[in-house]
Amino acid sequence: MSVRELSTHFFTEEGVVKPVQAVGFSIKKGRTFALVGESGCGKSVTGLSIMRLVPGPQGRIVGGEIVLEGKNLLALSERQMRQVRGKKIAMIFQEPMTSLNPVYTVGNQIAEAIGLHQKKGGKEAWGDAVEMLRKVGIAEPERRAREYPHQLSGGMRQRVMIAMAVSCEPQLLIADEPTTALDVTTQAQILDLLEHLQKQNGMSILLITHNLGIVAERAEDVAVMYASRIVEVADSKRLFAEPLHPYTQGLLESLPRPGFSGKRLPTISGGVPEPLDFPAGCKFHQRCPIGCGDKRCRSVEPELREVQPGRRVACWHAAGRKKLYRKSHRER
Amino acid sequence: MRNWIPACAGMTKQDDIVSQDMVSTNNYLLRVEDLRTYYPIRKGLRRKASCGLRRTAGYVRAVDGVSFGIEAGQTLGLVGESGCGKTTVARSIVRLVPAKTGKVVFGRVDVLSAERDKLREVRRQIGLVFQDPYGSLNPRMTVGEIVGEPLKVRGKTRGGVLKEQAVETLSKVGLSGEYMNRYPHEFSGGQRQRIAIARALVSRPKLVILDEPVSGLDVSIQAQILNLLKDLQEELGLTYLFIAHDLAVVEFLCDVVAVMYMGRIVERARAEELYRKPLHPYTQALVSAIPQVGSARRGCRTVPGGEAPGAANQPAGCPFGPRCPLAAGDCLKQMPQLDEKSECRGHFAACWRC
Repeated sequence: MSVRELSTHFFTEEGVVKPVQAVGFSIKKGRTFALVGESGCGKSVTGLSIMRLVPGPQGRIVGGEIVLEGKNLLALSERQMRQVRGKKIAMIFQEPMTSLNPVYTVGNQIAEAIGLHQKKGGKEAWGDAVEMLRKVGIAEPERRAREYPHQLSGGMRQRVMIAMAVSCEPQLLIADEPTTALDVTTQAQILDLLEHLQKQNGMSILLITHNLGIVAERAEDVAVMYASRIVEVADSKRLFAEPLHPYTQGLLESLPRPGFSGKRLPTISGGVPEPLDFPAGCKFHQRCPIGCGDKRCRSVEPELREVQPGRRVACWHAAGRKKLYRKSHRER
Repeated sequence: MRNWIPACAGMTKQDDIVSQDMVSTNNYLLRVEDLRTYYPIRKGLRRKASCGLRRTAGYVRAVDGVSFGIEAGQTLGLVGESGCGKTTVARSIVRLVPAKTGKVVFGRVDVLSAERDKLREVRRQIGLVFQDPYGSLNPRMTVGEIVGEPLKVRGKTRGGVLKEQAVETLSKVGLSGEYMNRYPHEFSGGQRQRIAIARALVSRPKLVILDEPVSGLDVSIQAQILNLLKDLQEELGLTYLFIAHDLAVVEFLCDVVAVMYMGRIVERARAEELYRKPLHPYTQALVSAIPQVGSARRGCRTVPGGEAPGAANQPAGCPFGPRCPLAAGDCLKQMPQLDEKSECRGHFAACWRC
């Protein structure tokens, strides 16, 4: 699947909010692609845009292409799109409680998806639903299928969501912060499960998260988003070994890690700019130790361009000045 | 800041719960002994008229025999997964929920049996910061009112002095005095957390209880708040009880870490020690489950299956027994006590197998 120049805008009374601006990436088959960034950077809206679930009428996809198996999803009718949603692309959300219907049993909800997309009858779909619950590691699936969402723990609800999402063997699974609401041990279990299912089905995963640790461990490719744009794309090993964009560098440095106690954490100064009032030029320049003094950074927004084979960065200073951020940070 | 008046200024001698000599001899500022807080599970009709039909069907043992001490100027980290009772410990310490049994000694005062005035004084000396900076600030109050309220409630400060102190405290947490007349919704999450910290500090507490203060914040903002907390501790000589579920954050800020599981402390040690050599199988699982950038931990991950059973139905024996890979014999029959493990001093674990 590939996304090209995707832009989504919200037309509000206060003005046009542009949470996604010219975002492009491609996800290879059977791989995990992570979209990482802080809250409000547009990563979730990107996920919703791919599903064409941007809440209207304010929200609209205003440009770009989303190509799955040679077809542009943005050109499909709503009716055709419904055939794609759930069957070809499935999505799981952060809060499993609010995305499950509280008045139906979980078995019912999984069976509904199976019945709809695979044209199966009630009994057969129910049997498949129970089988899916077993697959996602729920003990006593026959009993659990007859229970309601409130009777399950957070980790189990997320397993149910996953069961529902993968029941039709989608080619792409969009996981929007799948473990943010869960404890660390449960989080590890859920991520292991996703990996296991990926190996079985050969599906691709678009993992949307703010947790850099998860990205480093679970994703093969990473795109870092900042203020509606992708600022850096690379495979995860190289990105974490040698981040090129000053924002990525700052983020990684500000993570508390083992053996760091006693000293101060390096931080990125300031906060994320408001979406209605993005600065001119590079959106990071006010917080950037290199960019704040540079005229070009203040006036012209850098495009995402290839600086090394397979590595694209949106920064005027990315090429050849790797550890600059770290150095200038220390000086300050 | 130069004109930061010491906490005991303006108080009579007997008001001074935490005497200076006590602090200097490195005693515990806060001691918690065998604290138990149970929440009743009520069944039957809820209407007032039918109280006769209402009965207590059992207890959720949210906190079940927790003991620890915090030395003045130090930070104790209380770590555990959701529902393990860490927040209830904090609430029991300031008597926001009534404890069933146990002892909480703050300075020289036994908090759980303190009279009204004494309790007030204790609460003045303990600041509280909560996780959600959106829910914990009243949206109808200005920042100035929020930060000044703890002083106003005590009734001793008002008018210009109150405002002055509020502005001063705001500047300590890195906010300008111009924000005094603004409302919480105008601020970002990180700034709101700063306001909440200012509110906790305005009454010049000795101890600050931080209940997941950075969990809801973004990574870059989280680092700013953690640095702020560290600076404030140094500057004002604060003692922290830091509650969190993120072990990496805890290691950065804390001197001693206690790990909780189902209402009990299962391991307690100095922070470096705990991460270098976790003894309890649960701690080992927790440490290994943190996703890390640039570590080879993934290969040796030991994540237990299953989830913690609800605190209402505790297993006999070790609470971690049913999920523990090492459990055998005694583990499922007898409750292990928190013992010092002989090989390293100050390292306690409640486990039969280590």
